[in-house]
This record gives sequence, C-alpha cells and structure tokens, in this order.
Amino acid sequence: MEITTQELKHCDLIKVTGRVDSSTAPAFSKALEKANEAGHFKIAVDMSELEYMSSAGFRALLAAQRNCKRYNRGELVLVAVPVRIREALELAGFTELFKTFGDSITAVGSF
Amino acid sequence: MTFPAKFEFLDEIREFIAEIARKGGFTEKEIYSLQLAADEAATNIIEHAYEGVSNGYLNVTCDMVGNRLTITMRDTGKPFDPSKVKQPNLKADLSDRQIGGLGVYLMRKLMDEVRYESNSKTGNLLTMTKRRG
Repeated sequence: MEITTQELKHCDLIKVTGRVDSSTAPAFSKALEKANEAGHFKIAVDMSELEYMSSAGFRALLAAQRNCKRYNRGELVLVAVPVRIREALELAGFTELFKTFGDSITAVGSF
Repeated sequence: MTFPAKFEFLDEIREFIAEIARKGGFTEKEIYSLQLAADEAATNIIEHAYEGVSNGYLNVTCDMVGNRLTITMRDTGKPFDPSKVKQPNLKADLSDRQIGGLGVYLMRKLMDEVRYESNSKTGNLLTMTKRRG
C-alpha cells in the first residue's frame, strides 16, 4: 500500500494504491487523521489504483467520514472505486455513507 | 500451510487461496470474494483468538473437491465463534454505524457455508466452502 496526499485549494486529495488490509490499514487511518489534524475535513480518496480493501479499510473510511462530517465542516468522498471493492462496500452497506465520483477532477470540483 | 498469526501474513494467506481457486476455475470476482472471506476470517483469529498472543500460528488448508472450494483455518487460541457475533445494522446512520461484526458478516455473505468447531484438545477449526459458478 502507498499513500500520497495532495493539499489542493478546496480539498485534500489522498490517493491510496495497492492493498489495504489489517496490516496496512493503520497507516491509511493515519494519513486520514493527519489531514483532519491539519484542519482539513474535505477529503477525496482516490482509489483508482487500489487493488484490494478489507473491512479494516472500511473501518478507517468510516472513522474518517464521522470526523469529517462532524459540525458540517466537511465530507469524505470516494473516487474511481474499482468494481470488486465497490461490490464489497455495497455488501457491507457502505455505499450510502459515501458520495462517489468517477474521476478526481469531478470529485475535487464538487467541494 | 502454516502461517504466523500476524497481520503481515494476510497477503500470503490471500495469495495461497487465490492460487488454488484460480487452478480450480473460479472467476476473478469469485477469487476476490474467497480472498476477502479468508482475510476476514484470519483477521478475526489473529485479533480475537490470539488476543495478547504474539507467537501464535494459523494452519490454513484450501482444497477443491468437485466444484467446491473448502478453506479451513485451525488455531490454538481462545475459542472465537463467528456465529455468535451479532449481525451489524447495515442501515444505521453514519453516527450509529458499528464496524464490529462486519468481517463475520462479509464471510457469511461471500461464502456458501461457514462452520466453526472448538475443541479443548485440538483447538479451533473454521471451515468455509464456496461453490464455483
């Protein structure tokens, strides 16, 4: 798993690639928390090169979404969710908790 | 195949399952499901059965019989029965959403059958099966 964070004018674009499981999810959580600690609550998570995500990754997304949406100060959205990961998110009933966008330009533009 | 009961080995466990499933003619979608179910099962064993234990082992088998793939996981940790885990409320609001129990829920949804046996002598045995197609 690799994470790159880009601080843009209206939101942070966090790209997570590779595989997120119980071993790598803590680093993913940390990247999301770091954005929040910097006072950034508008976050787009780019999943276009994500190969795999288990419920450990879902947990990280859920915690970040709660933190972002608190006091209506922001939101976390998902970008280019690969089909297998989308199916797992659907199975977990998670798709209704996150807005999703097909590409990062549209997602960034939504903030 | 025996793996150390550590999260760092989840990758290898998923690869082990995928290789056998691929040879068994499962589709990529089904292979992803099998990997996710095995990951969630192994994660629960590492997290709950081996809670506070750093040198535990996990014995994983994966076999095709006819058009069915059977995954077993054996551990010698504390009994952890996935069927006793409460089903998460998948309709709850963001603030009430519980993440606990999600792994077990996914295992049950992704596999055709999930069985659990605990034996004080031989340890815990989780058996999961999925039909191809």
